[in-house]
Amino acid sequence: MPASVRALIVVPAWNEEQSVGETVREIRSAVPSIPVLVVSDGSTDRTVEQARAAGALVLELPYNLGVGGAMRAGFRYAVRHGFTAAIQVDADGQHNPAEVPQLLTGLAEADIVIGARFAQDDEYRVRGPRRWAMVVLAKVLSWLAKTKLTDATSGFKVTGGRALPLFAEHYPVEYLGDTIESMVIALRSGCTVTQLPVRMRPRRGGNPSHRPFKSAIYLFRAFFALLLALIRRWDVSVNTVPLPTPVASEGGVA
Amino acid sequence: MSSTYVIGLIGSVLVLAGIVEMLRRRQLSEKYAVLWLVVGLLLLVFTIFPGTLSSIAALIGVAIPTNLLFFVGLIFLTGVGLHLSWELSRLEDETRKLAEDLAILRLDVEQQRQDRIEP
Repeated sequence: MPASVRALIVVPAWNEEQSVGETVREIRSAVPSIPVLVVSDGSTDRTVEQARAAGALVLELPYNLGVGGAMRAGFRYAVRHGFTAAIQVDADGQHNPAEVPQLLTGLAEADIVIGARFAQDDEYRVRGPRRWAMVVLAKVLSWLAKTKLTDATSGFKVTGGRALPLFAEHYPVEYLGDTIESMVIALRSGCTVTQLPVRMRPRRGGNPSHRPFKSAIYLFRAFFALLLALIRRWDVSVNTVPLPTPVASEGGVA
Repeated sequence: MSSTYVIGLIGSVLVLAGIVEMLRRRQLSEKYAVLWLVVGLLLLVFTIFPGTLSSIAALIGVAIPTNLLFFVGLIFLTGVGLHLSWELSRLEDETRKLAEDLAILRLDVEQQRQDRIEP
């Protein structure tokens, strides 16, 4: 990774006690130099204890805010503590932490680096209407980004550069906003996005968040989210040079 | 074109434009956006084609079309009121939890400071 980058791995977790501990341990052994922040999204099981025991920093949200809300909490933590890049890694073990350093190299040319699933032939397969939705979304976002993006809905991504302070303020918290709308916000605010190929793995525990019979609803909501993101105003101004607040653990007495 | 038609049309367009503008400024979240966009569009349709209301009323056997409008409107508004009460209850509960957590954090911070002053 570029020497100037201070990276933080953010793991949003909602009732993931079966997998979060193993995921955190794997991340820590794969990339020991990068701290891991688990954001427990109002979990009612032992997610917090498992994550802490595995050596992660843990943010406990008092109630469920959704993936978008959990990630925004992570971005805010990152900005406040002087990190310059945040990497989202899902708690279910689908994302391979060994690929994090490679994703970080992408920051040299872009503000956001997406770990894309279809960029190479692998075991990960999506079929039916959901697949078509992803193809069309990818086309629209590629057009906006002026570069080829094949898998914009991937959760495995690095947020750095100008995008991190932007997301700390404006990361969308609505359903599907964290994947589709966030890309539109970043692009329309002048951030650059690129993608690097990654290999997804089968999930370690918990249920898939999308079931086949929900495809039609997913399709509708995905396009509504896209439409909404496109008509919304994003002439937001963001302080791109964040001032980290001093933290007790990093020296200084209150 | 009667003047009431024009007034109705202007009103509907204004309502729809207001909804879209609120959406654009991010003052209305997605879950409410769908509801109000549908309401705005229905309003526009009924204003442009007043005949549709009469035909629907005739179809389901309501003698006076405006009664159907009032009936549906009342049910809809009751539903919206109920939904807002529900959201408000949830928000109240969430702010309460925040306040409680804040108080706990304050105590924790205070205790840590005490510990640091007198080791």
